[in-house]
Amino acid sequence: MNEPTKTNGPLVNVDGVEKVFRRGSEDIHVLRDLHLKVPAGEFLALMGPSGSGKSTLLNLIGGLDRPTRGSVSIGGERLDGLSDRLLAGWRARHIGFVFQLYNLMPTLNAERNVELPLLLTHLTKAERRKHVAAALEMVGLSHRAKHFPRTMSGGEQQRVGIARGIVTDPTLLLCDEPTGDLDRKAGDGILDLLQALNREHGKTIIMVTHDPHASARALRTVHLDKGQLSAEAVA
Amino acid sequence: MKFFPLIWCNLKRKKLRTFLTLLSILVAFVLFGLLSAIKEAMTGGISMAGADRLVVQHKVSLILLLPESYKARMEQLPGVDLAVFQTWFGGIYQDPKNFFMQNPVVPDQFLNMHPEFLLPAEQVKAWKETRTGAIVGRKTANKFHWKIGDKVPIKSPIWGRKDGAAAWEFDIVGIFDGKDKVTDTTSLYFRYDYFDEAHRGDRGQVGWYTVRVKDPKTSADVAKLIDKEFENSLAEVKAEPEAAMAQSWANQLGDIALITTSILGAVFFTILLVTGNTMSQEVRERTVELGVLKAIVFTNTQVVVLVLAESCVLAVLGGGLGLGLSWLITSGGDPTGGMLPMFYIPTRDLLIGLGLSVALGLATGFFPALQAMRLQVAVALRRM
Ligand SMILES: Nc1ncnc2c1ncn2[C@@H]1O[C@H](COP(=O)(O)OP(=O)(O)O)[C@@H](O)[C@H]1O
Ligand SMILES: [Mg+2]
Repeated sequence: MNEPTKTNGPLVNVDGVEKVFRRGSEDIHVLRDLHLKVPAGEFLALMGPSGSGKSTLLNLIGGLDRPTRGSVSIGGERLDGLSDRLLAGWRARHIGFVFQLYNLMPTLNAERNVELPLLLTHLTKAERRKHVAAALEMVGLSHRAKHFPRTMSGGEQQRVGIARGIVTDPTLLLCDEPTGDLDRKAGDGILDLLQALNREHGKTIIMVTHDPHASARALRTVHLDKGQLSAEAVA
Repeated sequence: MKFFPLIWCNLKRKKLRTFLTLLSILVAFVLFGLLSAIKEAMTGGISMAGADRLVVQHKVSLILLLPESYKARMEQLPGVDLAVFQTWFGGIYQDPKNFFMQNPVVPDQFLNMHPEFLLPAEQVKAWKETRTGAIVGRKTANKFHWKIGDKVPIKSPIWGRKDGAAAWEFDIVGIFDGKDKVTDTTSLYFRYDYFDEAHRGDRGQVGWYTVRVKDPKTSADVAKLIDKEFENSLAEVKAEPEAAMAQSWANQLGDIALITTSILGAVFFTILLVTGNTMSQEVRERTVELGVLKAIVFTNTQVVVLVLAESCVLAVLGGGLGLGLSWLITSGGDPTGGMLPMFYIPTRDLLIGLGLSVALGLATGFFPALQAMRLQVAVALRRM
């Protein structure tokens, strides 16, 4: 399900995007005339110094924010044409998010957390349960389904976060510093998992990181600096 | 209801805070229930009183007496079916705190006028055969454990006895029940002939009349006719629907409705602030979470519904428990021992209370929901 509508073009097409934030009377130009194409099946690492706009770019691709100029298309569909409401629905169907701080609901157990993105689908309870079990299985946490986030290690919480990101079988998985808060060993586990999702399950992944060790796992790395991607990376 | 766990778990998160908020809502609704029972007790007779009955009293004051002879004159007027008198006896049984009404009446006429009092036929017969006989309502009979055959002494500060005896002694010959819940069964009625003969005052004096009209549609006209009949006589009268008299009686106690409404207004305003504060605190603390929920699943509208659902669950739970508790409290009946014979919460008010709790939920959830709706995902996520 959720195959991109146009298989010939790139899955992600960021075209001449500019993003300006206003802070007081000052305009901050975070992204300038930025172009990026990501084909389906890619595992892309997005690197750059802190404050360079990596999260901003990822948010634009995920439809969490809108560019000041330029356009973002996913699977041939331009996001700027969608209303906020349609965009929310589109996100739920096409994008899986993984956050640096996991951002699980502390009041829900692992299973319920993973189930969240399925709540608005037409799946029955049994079907939802099946999808949740499969996602937890994929991240190797079936045995902790009933456990609450506070009882889990950082690495385990991030696995739950990834399970939540992939449970809808999204077109695109967006990870913002998924290992940024983990030690080397736990981080490696997460990177192994992302790599496997890309290789064995064909997931298209864009991962923001400032850790070269993490970006080494990706198929391709682009660098963001001064609002633009570096020339070698665009090639 | 697949979203319920999400709502429920949020309320469980800060258990103490949720509990305290719930408790304050509960207290407000207990108060609501009790006040509506009090209001009903003081004004409830009004809507229920028979629409075909008029009360005729002295034009100047209820405490001034009217001649017994007015009965025949009124019954001759067109539109009048029956005129029945009674008198305020104001007696005391053992202790002035034991408040209940005791009035002298003529048995046949009185029972004819008040079909809402149910008295078995053999007790009616006994009453007619016993000059000192009295009938008493079930509530008061139960309260003092009176049985048929008992003799009860009652002193009246208004009506002394000719023979100088301190107390009037009545033989309980009957115990009546009410036809429905709103019928007052606290009063005692005894025979007028016994009263008229034995009291120290002038003969042939009565307190007020209850007049049944032939056609309720004409009661206003009949009332005017009665007023006119006794114009320029020694005792001029004022006739009004029974309901209106009950109303003016209640008005003397203060505008009950206004008082209860003001108290409730103040209480609910406070509750609005308390619950509203809890809710906006909840939302503020959950900015990032709500941002995440918006990123991965919900639209703005759905987040609004989520927040409103949470405040409504809290308010309806507290409100429901509060109403339930006040219903339990009032189901024991009149707590004053006779002053408020119709003490219960009308179903109408229970429903209003439930509606009020939903309104409270919506009102307290409104601003937090707006806050949550306006939350921009990208900005919320930066707060982590
Ligand atoms: N909502 C916002 N309002 C104002 N400034 C913002 C906002 N989001 C990001 N910025 C600014 O944009 C720049 C890039 O931020 P970000 O994309 O988070 O960087 P990175 O993820 O690469 O560390 C920073 O200077 C940040 O302060
Ligand atoms: Mg960032």
